[in-house]
Amino acid sequence: MIGRLWAIAYSTFREAVRDRVLYNLIVFALLIVGAALLVGQISIGIERLVLVNLGLTSISLFGIVIAIFIGIGLVSKEIEKRTLYTVLAARPVRRWEFIIGKFLGLVGTLTVNAFFMSAGFFAALLYLTHRFQRADADLLVAIYFILLQFVLITSLALFFSTFSSPLLSAVFAFSLFVIGTFADDMRGFAKLTEGGTKWVMTGMSYLVPNFSSLNVISQVAHSVPVPGHLVLLNTLYVLAYAVAVNCAAVLVFEKRNLK
Amino acid sequence: MTALVQTRKFHAQVISRAGQKAHLAGMKVGTIAYNHDELTMPAIETFALAKHYNIGFWRKRRKDALKSLTLTVEEGEVFGYLGPNGAGKTTTLRLLMGLVYPSAGSARILGKALDDPAMKAQIGFLPEQPYFYDHLTPKELLTYYAQLSGVPGKDRARKVDASLARVGMSESAGIQMRKFSKGMLQRVGIAQAIVHDPKLIFLDEPMSGLDPVGRREVRDLIQSLHEEGKTIFFSTHILSDAETVCDRVAVLNKGELRGVGVVADLVSEVSGQVEFVWTGAAATAEIAALGGKTHEASETFRTILTQEATDRAIDAIRGAGGKLISVTPVRATLEDYFLSKLGAGDRDSQNMQEVTR
Amino acid sequence: MKRQSVTTIIAGGLLLGCLAASIGVSQKVDAARGDVMLQDVLYIPSPNTIKRLSLGYNGLLADVYWTRAVQYFGTKHHEHSLNYKLLSPLLDITTTLDPHLIVAYEFGSIFLSQRPPEGAGDPQAAVRLVQRGIRENPKAWRLWYHLGFIYWQELHDSKTASECFQRGSEVPGALPWMKVMAAALAQNAGEAETAQYLWTNILNSTTDPDIRANAERRLIALRADQEVTILQEYVNRFEQTKGHAPENWFEMIQAGMLRSIPVDPVGYPYQLVNGRVQVAKPDLLPFITKGLPPGNESNVLPKMP
Repeated sequence: MIGRLWAIAYSTFREAVRDRVLYNLIVFALLIVGAALLVGQISIGIERLVLVNLGLTSISLFGIVIAIFIGIGLVSKEIEKRTLYTVLAARPVRRWEFIIGKFLGLVGTLTVNAFFMSAGFFAALLYLTHRFQRADADLLVAIYFILLQFVLITSLALFFSTFSSPLLSAVFAFSLFVIGTFADDMRGFAKLTEGGTKWVMTGMSYLVPNFSSLNVISQVAHSVPVPGHLVLLNTLYVLAYAVAVNCAAVLVFEKRNLK
Repeated sequence: MTALVQTRKFHAQVISRAGQKAHLAGMKVGTIAYNHDELTMPAIETFALAKHYNIGFWRKRRKDALKSLTLTVEEGEVFGYLGPNGAGKTTTLRLLMGLVYPSAGSARILGKALDDPAMKAQIGFLPEQPYFYDHLTPKELLTYYAQLSGVPGKDRARKVDASLARVGMSESAGIQMRKFSKGMLQRVGIAQAIVHDPKLIFLDEPMSGLDPVGRREVRDLIQSLHEEGKTIFFSTHILSDAETVCDRVAVLNKGELRGVGVVADLVSEVSGQVEFVWTGAAATAEIAALGGKTHEASETFRTILTQEATDRAIDAIRGAGGKLISVTPVRATLEDYFLSKLGAGDRDSQNMQEVTR
Repeated sequence: MKRQSVTTIIAGGLLLGCLAASIGVSQKVDAARGDVMLQDVLYIPSPNTIKRLSLGYNGLLADVYWTRAVQYFGTKHHEHSLNYKLLSPLLDITTTLDPHLIVAYEFGSIFLSQRPPEGAGDPQAAVRLVQRGIRENPKAWRLWYHLGFIYWQELHDSKTASECFQRGSEVPGALPWMKVMAAALAQNAGEAETAQYLWTNILNSTTDPDIRANAERRLIALRADQEVTILQEYVNRFEQTKGHAPENWFEMIQAGMLRSIPVDPVGYPYQLVNGRVQVAKPDLLPFITKGLPPGNESNVLPKMP
């Protein structure tokens, strides 16, 4: 089972790499180097702030876009192109193994991608500030939270991919990302409503992925540390949510006739 | 006839509704000699297997892709699954492969349930018009598949190379498949079906997209897999392919099993007609008098007449100054059987005639 | 088939379990983060920057910030907080993103100016906000009314307040009582009646639940103030005729001055302590100016000399 999961995950990773997905790293590198040079010259006192905001936001956005655009095709493209037949039909591969393998593969791809981006980002930061400070450790927490975002969005894109066309899946996944970014506000809004609406809104606000609590970029940019228990709670949250969404994907996929 | 069947190491048992109606050429259902010593576990068993889809967006209409299929394929045989396009061949294969779920009935492969991973490791499958991850090379693809099928790491490279060599793809093993032609993909498809050395191989239209040489090679490959003792179940609408390699065939039309027969029996039938080939003179008038039609091809003449007319025809050709080359009794072809099972006058079968000729 | 149903049961169970867990953890996360939700207010304090970052979706974002402002005030108010420092920036961002969101100016005019814990206690910020609202919405005569209100009620500047009401009454469509207000303030009419009139108008002219609740409490406080004034007069008269202050309400009832024990608008009997009329629960009547037990401070700013 582990061997098959690994094989499917690795093949997903390899496909992304062969499809030149990691080319975005070049764009990112240019962006971050350009930013480092530019802010070093024009902004006084807030170089670090600008660079951290720009760098971490890019790492997050590049990853989210890649996660959505690969994730939405992970299953539907394989069904459409019928590449799935030779994987599932006459191999001891269970359908859930296929889903989970795909999920792990894409998360792995995004992690590798984020790793290279982060390396470039820290290099630019070092160039700008000449030495690392204590507060830079919090940047790692922010990057870790970005990875958690990738886990959420990958699971959602993959889930939609099991029953919907790539275009619709992209719309669904992106909408949930945007809504999830405002999950806090949804909860705030729910508190202001009454009766049945309140019930529905509160339920929905907890069902959508909570991206807002995973965004600490501006916080760490201002060197405000992230409390340790928040790291733990967010990790638990993302694990629970991603497992739930993956289970939903497995349930849908298990029932599907692969015509 | 019975002796012929007994010499084969398999037996056929057809208990489907369609099969009971089908009057198999010279062979009655259930009367085949049963040899207990040679009893082996059936490779494929289906019982009243059926699949229907609901089509249409508003008013759902029921479309029967497969109606109550009961069929047994024994271990070690090459089984041809024949039928015109849309007959339900691919649906049957997808049901057996667990890609779609049956609406009714059940099936077992190698005595196991359809979703048994242990069974799945022992079967191979070539889908119709296979398509693969085109960013991979055949070697990478087969390595991946071998891994999924549980081939141990130490054997993997050897088995991958061997199966690629077997389909004649060794030279292209390191090229990304996005540049491949349909025929090359077909070969890779066959290689992936045999890379893990399965006991039972399902091939959906294995000869399609291949040139005559390629078809010949695939036929030879099926023969050699057969000689290794593997069971092969393949669907095709090209009857000549089935005739050369199959032990038994089943004919399917409109989702229904129309008949199952042993190929050797079907084609050993003498049809009561004789073919004459000669040179020299056309003798058109004389042959026409006997009720035949003369065909000419590069100064060679050819006609088919009934057996009773043999002597008079020979005399007529000689009398006209022709030089007789051959007089051969015409054997029934699989095509005749096939068409008779589809039902004469059926529009689909007429389409089929065009396909087969 | 059997294998498939095993997968279905396991996946279904995990799905429900993990969904429940995610909701539970999510609530813990919310609790752990507290005010972090408003971090961009702290880190991007410039409303114009936020407007540019909104990529043209400022209407939607304005609604988001409006929700945040109301939520922020509601939570703080519930905690009886004395610190509302984010309310002003939140309303600034909201009204910069959508300058025509009148309710945000109205909300700000009341809750920025009132003293903690009933508001931010920053009437100058409220004045700035409402003045900007008037610039952006010249037809919204009601904003003049709110501006006049702040001057009169919180800054105790009847002259400016009267001018505001006058300016507002000149806006086409303004209701006639704006003129009445201007005149009443100019003549320094009875304060309690004017206040009652103003708060009744606010109560009847808005649907915002926070503003309505506030107006209701204001009106109740005005009633309590009136009642305390009248009761105190009776007590004083009793003392004048009998030569001593009444020990309790029964003495006054026996003297025929009261028919029953007086009860305040929130349902507690008024207290009589050493000849002084007091409310029993001053916390429930945050806006009263009279009848406060010793040590309790009025929420309404003292009148400027």
